[in-house]
Amino acid sequence: MSLLSVRDLVVKFAMRNNTVTALNKISFDLARGERIGIVGESGAGKSITGFSILNLLSKPGYIDSGSITFDGEDITQMTDPQLRDIRGNRIAMIFQDPMVTLNPVLTIGQQMVETLQAHRRLSKSDAEQIAIAKLREVYIPAPEERLAQYPHELSGGMRQRIIIAIALLLDPQLIIADEPTTALDVTIQADIMELLLELCQSNKVSLILITHDLGVVSQMTERTLVVYAGRIIEAGPTREIINDPQHPYSQGLINALPQQTPRGEKLKQIPGAMPALSAVPDGCAFNPRCSFATDTCRKTVPEVTRIDHLEVACHEVRRHHETEEVAE
Amino acid sequence: MTQAPLLNISGLHKQFDLDQGFLETVKFKGGKITREARSVHAVNNVDLSINRGEALCVVGESGCGKSTVARLVAGLLQPTTGEISYDGTRIDTLPARDMMPYRRKMQMIFQNPYASLNPRMTIAQTLEEPVRYHNPSLDRAEVHDKVASVMRAVGVDPSWGVRYPHEFSGGQRQRIAIARALTVDPEFIIADEPISALDVSIQAQVLNLMLEAKEERGLTYMFITHDLSVVEHFGTKVAVLYLGSVCELADTRTLFDNPKHPYTRALLSAVPQLKDDRPNHIRLRGEIPTPINLPAGCPFQSRCPSANSRCSAEKPRPMIQSDGSTVACHAVEEDRLT
Repeated sequence: MSLLSVRDLVVKFAMRNNTVTALNKISFDLARGERIGIVGESGAGKSITGFSILNLLSKPGYIDSGSITFDGEDITQMTDPQLRDIRGNRIAMIFQDPMVTLNPVLTIGQQMVETLQAHRRLSKSDAEQIAIAKLREVYIPAPEERLAQYPHELSGGMRQRIIIAIALLLDPQLIIADEPTTALDVTIQADIMELLLELCQSNKVSLILITHDLGVVSQMTERTLVVYAGRIIEAGPTREIINDPQHPYSQGLINALPQQTPRGEKLKQIPGAMPALSAVPDGCAFNPRCSFATDTCRKTVPEVTRIDHLEVACHEVRRHHETEEVAE
Repeated sequence: MTQAPLLNISGLHKQFDLDQGFLETVKFKGGKITREARSVHAVNNVDLSINRGEALCVVGESGCGKSTVARLVAGLLQPTTGEISYDGTRIDTLPARDMMPYRRKMQMIFQNPYASLNPRMTIAQTLEEPVRYHNPSLDRAEVHDKVASVMRAVGVDPSWGVRYPHEFSGGQRQRIAIARALTVDPEFIIADEPISALDVSIQAQVLNLMLEAKEERGLTYMFITHDLSVVEHFGTKVAVLYLGSVCELADTRTLFDNPKHPYTRALLSAVPQLKDDRPNHIRLRGEIPTPINLPAGCPFQSRCPSANSRCSAEKPRPMIQSDGSTVACHAVEEDRLT
């Protein structure tokens, strides 16, 4: 049985004049110990997916329909005390900006002890011992001294390590990392990613990595979901999506990366921009930017087609696949 | 004969004083009242030159002084010491009136198109203002035509001129920011992280637009970025900056095929690759020291795997290598890189 199972999740935002659909029938599964990446552009709905899993959506956002089953229980039906038991304890979340995530007026030690005592009956000194052990696990030098320090005394990379240590404090089964290294420099990013990968593997923690960086996804995850305008348009093993993407948008996204074009040549660009969620076109949301778009694409939303290990939502890919099957 | 460079920077220093007034410099230390003025050494002895038609990329991590270099060149900041010459004329000491024609020739594009466009001006107003200011002889229709032609060139419909910046997406805003730079027919563009705030699919569009403008208008670029994959594509020359000093300067091809400075090597290995799924980057110890108290010797020594006693005592000088690149590193000079 999978650890997390999201089925036909629809998330809406009630605006003054209309209701905007931010996530439109998102479904995916996550096995125990598996690492998946959610990739997409800003506004595609990647972060909303992460927030929904912890039921953290705040007004005007709400879960309209669908289910999120974590370890056999439906998160969308839970009461607040039940949710508190899950949040931070069994599912931990790591956010983008380490300065905003940590409380600037509490020491590192206070924040770690507070987290532990909220979920476990522990004395302060026992909690501190666990905190020190976790700080050591994320390679923070002189962890005993860090407990008395405030976030502003530490560098960005160090703060993100501390946030990872806090996320691991209660030995969660799942970590949701929302753009964990976007605010950091490349050399620090490489360190943090290596650390996160190592910790997930050694502690058998599942990971949902939300990012816009295909390079990071490629190095960190086993499976990838590509999100566009609130829908999953392609899902499958990361290696296959990177090496041989099927959906025209995934292809465009990967081909647009500068390293995919020989030096001095023009980059392969996708024309246009992603529509605002309030103005998603009829049919396939990608059709105005797609060079394969037909009348069908402009009218009906494509169903998911399974091709080997990949799931693709595209009329053209389906048609192509069906003609190939007939030919065989 | 080599052509004289369009832009030449020599011995450029910039420090920002942290303690500005007299009272701020007074400190109480060890039972004594002392005076101490701290300053951030943002740029330290940088020499660079850019020839016509080149695109020099300045790369480095946050806090390495790359944006400060851009602002110094654009005349938005005054250097503490050092010289900046444009087309043979020293420009850092020019009075504002004499600087005017150079401001037209040198235009700047900023990182955040949400902050660099005035929210209370329509796009047409934003684009017409520099044209009128720098070409007072043009009449209204000529200004209008000029702006419309530039808008078409960057892929923005001229009929959108009546709209305000908030009606546009990030990518479109950055096109408008580029249009604003191009309206006065510049020769030299300083672009400070122009695509960092944009999505991947939009980055390619804006980068292509800048490359097209380079070919059609014969522009010269100084391109500030932290993204090495963009550098490989855009730059003809690359300068790697660390803590305000240039550690390596080379042709793009030479730098990517044969990086020499240990910092350049670590930086290149840290870029997440698509095809290779094993992270095998060179681990650097620690993090960038603050530019407030610069270490004596090599700025990179605290994180360098090849540092020795000479590195902590003596600042390495830029040395020209056999393949034409310039590297400031004792270990490279002594051929003892690990």
